[in-house]
Parts: sequence; structure tokens; C-alpha cells
Amino acid sequence: MRTLLLKSLFAKPVTTQAPAPGEAALAEVGLALEARVRKIYGRSLTIREVDAGSCNGCELEIHALNNAVYDCERFGLKFVASPRHADVLMVTGPVTHNMKVALERTFAAMPDPKFVVAVGDCGCGCGVFRESDAVVGAVSAVLPVDLCIKGCPPRPLDLLSGLIALVERASATR
Amino acid sequence: MADRIQGLIAGTAAEPNSRPWPRYTVRADVFARVAQAMGEGGIDLLSLWAEEGIVHLALRPLGEAPRIVSTPVVNERFPSVGRWHAPAIRLERAVHDLFGYVPEGAPDLRPWLDHGAWGFAAPLGARKTAPLRDPADYATLPVIGEGLHEIPVGPVHAGIIEPGHFRFTANGEIVARLEERLGYVHRGVDALTTNVSIARAAKVVARVSGDSTVAASFAFARAVEAALGIAAPPRAQIIRGVMAEFERVANHLGDVGAICNDAAFAIALAHCGIFREKVLAACGAAFGHRLMMDRIVPGGVSHDVSREAAHLITTTLDAIEPAFAEIVRLYEDTPSIQDRTCGTGILAADLAVRFAAGGPVGRASARDFDARRDLAHAPYEPETLDVPVLTAGDVDARIRIRIREIATSLALIRGWLVELPDGPLVAELPDISAPCEGMAVAEAFRGDLLVWLRVLPGGAIGRCHVRDASWFQWPLLEAAIENNIVADFPLCNKSFNCSYAGADL
Repeated sequence: MRTLLLKSLFAKPVTTQAPAPGEAALAEVGLALEARVRKIYGRSLTIREVDAGSCNGCELEIHALNNAVYDCERFGLKFVASPRHADVLMVTGPVTHNMKVALERTFAAMPDPKFVVAVGDCGCGCGVFRESDAVVGAVSAVLPVDLCIKGCPPRPLDLLSGLIALVERASATR
Repeated sequence: MADRIQGLIAGTAAEPNSRPWPRYTVRADVFARVAQAMGEGGIDLLSLWAEEGIVHLALRPLGEAPRIVSTPVVNERFPSVGRWHAPAIRLERAVHDLFGYVPEGAPDLRPWLDHGAWGFAAPLGARKTAPLRDPADYATLPVIGEGLHEIPVGPVHAGIIEPGHFRFTANGEIVARLEERLGYVHRGVDALTTNVSIARAAKVVARVSGDSTVAASFAFARAVEAALGIAAPPRAQIIRGVMAEFERVANHLGDVGAICNDAAFAIALAHCGIFREKVLAACGAAFGHRLMMDRIVPGGVSHDVSREAAHLITTTLDAIEPAFAEIVRLYEDTPSIQDRTCGTGILAADLAVRFAAGGPVGRASARDFDARRDLAHAPYEPETLDVPVLTAGDVDARIRIRIREIATSLALIRGWLVELPDGPLVAELPDISAPCEGMAVAEAFRGDLLVWLRVLPGGAIGRCHVRDASWFQWPLLEAAIENNIVADFPLCNKSFNCSYAGADL
């Protein structure tokens, strides 16, 4: 333990540089959020994540946002346990019929104003599960989606730049 | 035991074109006797699944080669295996939901994948419209006793995790029973891999469980190759091995950190998180995808390992290995974390054997099985593979197995990169004139992952079945948590780390 602490004293930080806000994401966020976002959030967002039918690939990369390398709390992004504490609902997966009610209830439990971010090719457009009878559709088939972050799965940097775009937009008009 | 099965199917000719293991079609009464023999022990259930008009049962007498026993479905019925051998129960419930076939004599026929939200029943069978049911309308098993209370958890959990419902019945702080209800992320994988091209089925199989994408693609590719009677080129086989072991290392690193974190030992998570990230970054640079999705394809691999990539991988391993050793030492030298992990969530060895629990869950409870050694395939060398086995069966043992396996995997990767043979990356898939069946088992980080499929002339997949190790581990979690305190559930759950998506399909 002591050696570990000593080493940490002299080691450089492991965190990566902050990515620029994703341009595509920024444009997308703009239209959807401008009216609702103003003056409300400042520079921080709390996020509640729901897997509505994902293969858990997206979850792995969302998880990575919390590790010491990406450390998303640097940017005012914080994952919370309760939808009641959340500004953003981040949803992965094609929404399965079996998860639809749980997803709707989670969204309903969030206080207004609130945003929905669909993550992954499945969340954004059903991915390889498009033709399945067991899924309702993309996240937008169930909830009003404000931002899509594509990828299978999107890399942590893609997620960060998408979310930073959301924060930028939220604070720009303050 | 093997003799018993052999005796029961004596005189039955094996189906043509089932490779590498034989498949026998038997009458219902013979099928029932095979099931009964399984209940007597000594035979592992590998899987149970259906297709139109027929039910398949894959099994493996201890120490022998697997085989498949099938029986036609008569009047929508087949003899229950779960009646004799409990590990088959949830698989039968899934067959019942998807096909409408009734396992006769089954001890439990409550819906499993069908939550009443589809608007129709038996999507792969008769497919009739069905009224919508309230998703909460599900008869959990009754628990009777004084002072008991229920704690419902999920499907949406307090974290970045997959959805599932846990119903705890507790006596004070002690868990008297846990009952799982899964199926929330059922995406219809079976339907999506029926009568589609090989390439399309491969994409879906790679997305059954994202954390095991390499293992699933590995098993799928080998099943296709077995069916077609071909083998991937030597270079491709080595690259497959490198990717499969990288996937294991990345996941085990994540698990070791996350388990420790559930016992408030956050320093392990912080460091393991960095190691895992370095591994994924190296995979991203070497294979063009951090999780190496779609990199293993039927016939070979889609991505080469360049000399620079091999060098990058080696330097990454050089950096991680000593640093991880330090975290392991820290774990071993800290009584407060061991106080939480030792003796917690003990899985009895006899249950691990009965349910053929694969992976670290089985090996931590004395079940000495590893598909890389016991159902060996290229590029693994069964004689030299180190398979750690412990007997304690607790959270600590499951952590230690993972730690040992990380070392083994890193050594394998290093060895393979030194002797990477030159040559092509993909073998061509030949045309076939009659349907062919193939089965393959890969050792995913969770345990054995089975893929069975039928290739049709013209190169389509007629039917594909994927069975993740989680199918047999989920029920064991219910057993392991019994008599532990509710607060230790996250710790136990994480030490199993079963897949929801992998079992919900």
C-alpha cells in the first residue's frame, strides 16, 4: 500500500485530454434542446442509464466513462442511481417489448425538464434487431429523443463528445 | 453413465452430416429415459432447444465427447428433461414460450421469456395472437414463515447494469430465498438467426452478449466450419486465440475491480479500471474495435495483426502485468476486504457439478472443467493449459480464479504473438448439397458458450442456437445467496457476473 501511494505521488495523471464537443452531436442537440435547456442546468448534468434491450456492449463503454482515464465527472457529468435525481435519461438497446413499461416508468419518474439520449446503433435505430417481433423499435419509438450517439458500441470518447455537446448547449444560452 | 446413454440409443443410426459430434433422433420414451439417466448424475447438460417439430438435447457424459439426442414433438408435446434434471427447467420454459411445445411432466411451466407484452404467443411455433398481460403479473414462488418480508428489486437497477428482477424474501437481514425473473432483454435472437445468411446470423450472434462477443463469434464460426467440414487457416486460428484471451483478460480485470468495489475497496476498481482501459485501447488499435466485435468470421478472421500491433500489444502487457501484480498483493494483504469476500456466497461443489457450472463460478467450487482443455480446439494445447481449480466456492475463490486466469491468458497471448505463422486469414466456405449441422463450444470469460446450427444448401443458416454459460449459473446464484445478508448480494452477484442479454436472447 505504501509503495503504491508513493508511486501515485510522482506519477502523471492517467486522464485523457477532453475531447472537443462532437460537431454532429452539437448540431443535433441544438434544435431539440435549445428552448428547454436555457438557464436550467448550468454546466452539469446528472444521468440515469437504462438498458432497454442492449447486448451490454454499450454498457461496457458507458461504464468506462467513470474510470480514471475518462473520469466524466470532470465535465459535470454524473451518473445517478435514481431517476428522480436525473436530468438525462440515457437509453441503450432496441427497446424490447418486455422493457417498454419499465422504461416508460423510469422516464415518468424523472422531474421536468428532462432529456433523453439514445446510445448505440440499437438505441438510435434498432441495429441488427430491426426486424425482430420482440422489440418495439428504437428508443425514439417510445420516448422523445433529444440526442443520438451512434456506434456499435460508441467509444467512450464518442459518448463524451456527445454529452459535452449537450452540456455546452445547456450552458451556452444561460 | 456413458454406457447407459449408449445403451439407450443403441441401434439408432446417427443423423447424417452432424459434426463434430453425433446427433441421434429417438422416440419420446427413449428421450424420457435419457432424461432420467441425466437425473442420476454423471452427465452434464450442455443445452436444450427446439426447432419446428423437434426438440434437441445436447449432453456430455463426464470425461467423454458430447452428443445430441433429439425427439420429434408429438401433439405439441415432448418429455420433460427438467422433471429429472433441474438445470433444464429454464431452457424448457424458454422452449415453451417460443414454440408452444409442452414439456410433459415439467415441474415449472411459468412463462420465462414471454412477459405477456408481445401480443402473440409461441412466435416460432403456431404463433397465435394472445391478450396483453400486466408485466408484473407473475406468480413468484410462495415463501411461508414467520417474520419474513419481501424485497423486490428491478428490472431497472441502481447502476449501469442490465435489467432483471430479483425477489428477495428476507428474515431480518438474512436472505431466506432469492427468486430471479429474467427475460427483459429478450430481443428474439432465435427468430433473427433462422433462415438468414451466414453473414447476417454472425452479426446477430456477435451481439447476443457484448462482453462475450469474441467468444460467441468464435463458437459460431467454428460451428459453421464444423458443419461445412473446413478449418480456419493457421494464422487466423492464432489471431482468434489472441482475441479470445484478450476478451477474457479485459472482462476479468473489470470483474476483479468491480467485485472489490462492491465491498467498498474502491482502490482496486480504480486501478483495474485503468488496466482494463489499456487492454481495450490496445485491442482498438490492433483490431480496429475495442471489443473486437465481428473480427472472427466463419472461415477465419477479418483483421490481421500487423508487426506494429503485435509490438503494441506486448508493450501494453509489459506495463500491465507488474502493476496488476501489485493490486493482487494489495488484495491479499488487506484483511478488511478479505473479511467481506472469504466465506461469502458459498456455492456448494455438488450443485456446481449438477448444473455443470462453467467458468470461474464452477472452477471456484471444485468443478474442474475448461472447454479450452476438455473440448479442445485450435489454437489451444490442452496438455499445457493451466486450469486453476479451488474448493472454497466463495467470493474470494471466484476472485482468485480470475486472477490466475489473467496470468494464464497473458502468457498465452505472448507465446502466440512470438510464433504467429504467415498465411491467409480466411478459408473459403464451400457450397454444400445437403443440410449440414455443426456444434462448437468456446470458453468465454464466464464459462462454456455453446453454438449449434444448421447450414442449408446455398449458404443460409436454417436454425441457430446460442447457449451462454449464464443459463446454468443464474440458478446457482439463487442457491449461493441463501443465508447471506441482503447487503452482500451485490458482492455475490458481481462475483458470478452472469449475463442477462446472453440468457434472455
